Amino acid sequence: MDIVELSRLQFAITALYHFLFVPLTLGLSILLGIMETVYVMTGREIWRDMTKFWGALFGINFAMGVATGITMEFQFGTNWAYYSHYVGDVFGAPLAIEGLMAFFLEATFIGLFFFAWNKLPKVSHLVVTWCLAIASNLSALWILIANGWMQFPVGAHFNAATMRMEVSNFMEVLFNPVAQAKFVHTVSAGYVVGSIFVLAISAYYLLRGRHVELAKRSMTVAASFGLAAALSVVVLGDESGYTAGLNQKMKIAAVEAMWNTEPAPASFTVFGIPDLKTHTTEYEVKVPWVLGLIATRSVDRRVPGINDLVELAKERIRNGLIAYDALNKLKTDRNSEALHEQLSTHVDDLGYALLLKRFRPDVQNATPEQIDAAANSTIPNVPVLFWSFRFMVGLGFYFIALFALAFWLSAKRKLDVSRTFLRVALWSLPLPWIAAELGWIVAEYGRQPWVIEGVLPTALGVSSTTAGNVLFSLIGFLVFYSSLLVADIYLMVKYIRLGPDGTLGHAVAAPFVRAPAE
Amino acid sequence: MDYETLRLIWWALLGILLIGLAIMDGFDLGTAILLPFVARNDLERRVVINTVGPVWEGNQVWLILGGGAIFAAWPALYAASFSGFYLAMFLVLLALILRPVGFKFRSKLSSPLWRNWWDIALFIGGFVPALVFGVAFGNLFVGVPFGFDSDLRLHESITLFSLLNPFSLLAGLVSVAMLVLHGATWLSLKADGKPGARARALVPYAALAFVLLFTVAGIWVRELDGFRITSAIAPDGPSNPLLKTAARVAGGWWDNYTLHPLFWLAPLVAYLGAMIAVLSRGRPLLAWIGSALVPAGVIATAGLSLFPFLLPSSTDPDMSLTVWDASSSKLTLYIMLGCTVIFLPIVLAYTAWAYRVLRGPVKGETIMSDSHSNY
Repeated sequence: MDIVELSRLQFAITALYHFLFVPLTLGLSILLGIMETVYVMTGREIWRDMTKFWGALFGINFAMGVATGITMEFQFGTNWAYYSHYVGDVFGAPLAIEGLMAFFLEATFIGLFFFAWNKLPKVSHLVVTWCLAIASNLSALWILIANGWMQFPVGAHFNAATMRMEVSNFMEVLFNPVAQAKFVHTVSAGYVVGSIFVLAISAYYLLRGRHVELAKRSMTVAASFGLAAALSVVVLGDESGYTAGLNQKMKIAAVEAMWNTEPAPASFTVFGIPDLKTHTTEYEVKVPWVLGLIATRSVDRRVPGINDLVELAKERIRNGLIAYDALNKLKTDRNSEALHEQLSTHVDDLGYALLLKRFRPDVQNATPEQIDAAANSTIPNVPVLFWSFRFMVGLGFYFIALFALAFWLSAKRKLDVSRTFLRVALWSLPLPWIAAELGWIVAEYGRQPWVIEGVLPTALGVSSTTAGNVLFSLIGFLVFYSSLLVADIYLMVKYIRLGPDGTLGHAVAAPFVRAPAE
Repeated sequence: MDYETLRLIWWALLGILLIGLAIMDGFDLGTAILLPFVARNDLERRVVINTVGPVWEGNQVWLILGGGAIFAAWPALYAASFSGFYLAMFLVLLALILRPVGFKFRSKLSSPLWRNWWDIALFIGGFVPALVFGVAFGNLFVGVPFGFDSDLRLHESITLFSLLNPFSLLAGLVSVAMLVLHGATWLSLKADGKPGARARALVPYAALAFVLLFTVAGIWVRELDGFRITSAIAPDGPSNPLLKTAARVAGGWWDNYTLHPLFWLAPLVAYLGAMIAVLSRGRPLLAWIGSALVPAGVIATAGLSLFPFLLPSSTDPDMSLTVWDASSSKLTLYIMLGCTVIFLPIVLAYTAWAYRVLRGPVKGETIMSDSHSNY
């Protein structure tokens, strides 16, 4: 494997790994806020014990999230140096603001959350918990503004004097519709993860007849919050689909395995076997209209197919070469008006000329065959996207059903009646993680071959370090992360088995005992 | 505000963020290094760990913010240093990853084997970053072999071995000594009983080691080749390191100090801080403030000496990164400055509040009384 493949693999593994912990932090922090609010409002001690117990599990998870998050921030510099140079002016800002505005708050207040139960009045501690929850979510906002810009690079322009992208309108970067849609979709996915975590572990206690009062209350909170989250994750996922349609037409077409443009409104393929070689999908089962409605929110606009998009890419590569030619000449003739003019006319297609770098370094001399090959390289891995998307969406609808059932049982006060339901809830534990990881695969793998859609091909973004170094760090991360994951899961399981009594070191309060007045 | 001023402000802010990192994360790195030496049984170790337990996470954000700010304000520096120091960064990362899990996981099981392992991990998590950050700083003075092609793609021939040159290792030791000193004054302030007393007794030794190493490094720097820009400088020019020329000058890193005698205040602050730390051992808070002045003085000393260089290239001095050709665009610097001016004071305010809530020494009895929730 070359340095590009190794660097991509390392990024994919460390990012997917990091995202095992992030969504639980997002969801559980809010659930802690809700539980502690009930405690402060009713004064019933069981709710404080619930907050502390789920908080202990939250802490184990949070530590892993922090540990793996540092890697993410450093990795842009270590492994994607040209990317960092090329877009740091735009992409670095949200990351820095994330630290300043969100992560500082989150990291300072998590210390108080755990250590200040006896040092703060009830209401102040509640404020700390909510600040922690809000900061986690704000953190996600800034990261997704950065990621959204990679999908839809608005508010920036190419500067020939510095050979990089620079901000022209920060508000556009901030209010990028793709970033907004991704943010709400991602945090609600996190809420689903948090809710299923609480639901499943509570189900485990109910199945064993342990900690029944704590488990039932936890389950009720998880069911109501989870139902709202599961509904919004689907609705807001649809928003993500629509905004992707604004800019990432190839991603949409690939997810749908739609090789040829259909008459509007396009149909949605529920099932099929996409074939990358022949550009066909066999055994298709289609639902008319649905795709056109999702992607264009109209009945008359067309969703372009892969083959048409490849043709468009060829045209853009040829235009990009004109820009590239001007840029090359500008390196020696820095002040030529005509060359600046030539560059700015075609600068939007400059990234497409860079796609040729994979096929030859002197892209100006590319043959028509190489241009065809570069245009074909804009097709992402269709079967992987097609199936990842369908599994994710299928799981999304399953979560709605599960939470709706849990909500109904909770309203009827029958949560502990059906053992089948409790078993299903318990065994659903890994599913939201699978859905969340599949979501990132669709988002990021679906953006290939671009690291910044239409601007910078992934292959050009890497560092100039050696493949040996990257292989070394990749193996190091794999070994290190795997051992940490073993320790993490071991501790989680141990503390879940210990239960609230063992974790807190005292018996959980009876349901209606009130805390003494302060 | 013009581009030149913005670049100068961001150079100063880079220094301030690094100083913030060295002061705030510095004492908990130092505490982790001291863990095996000042605590002799499990409860003593827990006392030491719990002095930083509730606050180290917030402190580490100085590192995250530092990284983010370099990315946003000095993208060329971020790209060149992080990828150039690849394996060193990887080592730091592994060491840093040990910290959150070390703190959180250690006291969750009672097996001595488990706890001892995490104590070693915490020590590594303190020692390795303290050393490597110093080594990295040392390499700025030595110069690093890198350059750019006409697309501004970096090429470098840096190896882990080449980073470990004698001067840089000395700089690494300076960093370890100053953070150990800072950790020792922290423990003397926050750790009740024997660990605090042992740490207090270590303060003079750490201070002495720091003073000696720092002085030797200062004299040694004079023997190194410094760098100087030899073409006209365009402080508001485009951020492109290919547009200037620079040369190596023997003893050049002392130039700024000859030119501006006031700069000598920076090393003076470092020495003064070490002195305060030693002399006011009886008043732990004052001693801690003294040892906090040390990293502030050291980082300022280094920065003022290197100015305007950020990352000098030993193979292509012309392509060295400087304050004038490695920054973000004017607009980005401006926006980021606005964010910093608004949010940094807020951060400092709630950080101060958190320390106030957690004030007072950590006692063994308190840990045992709530053994389940303490680290």
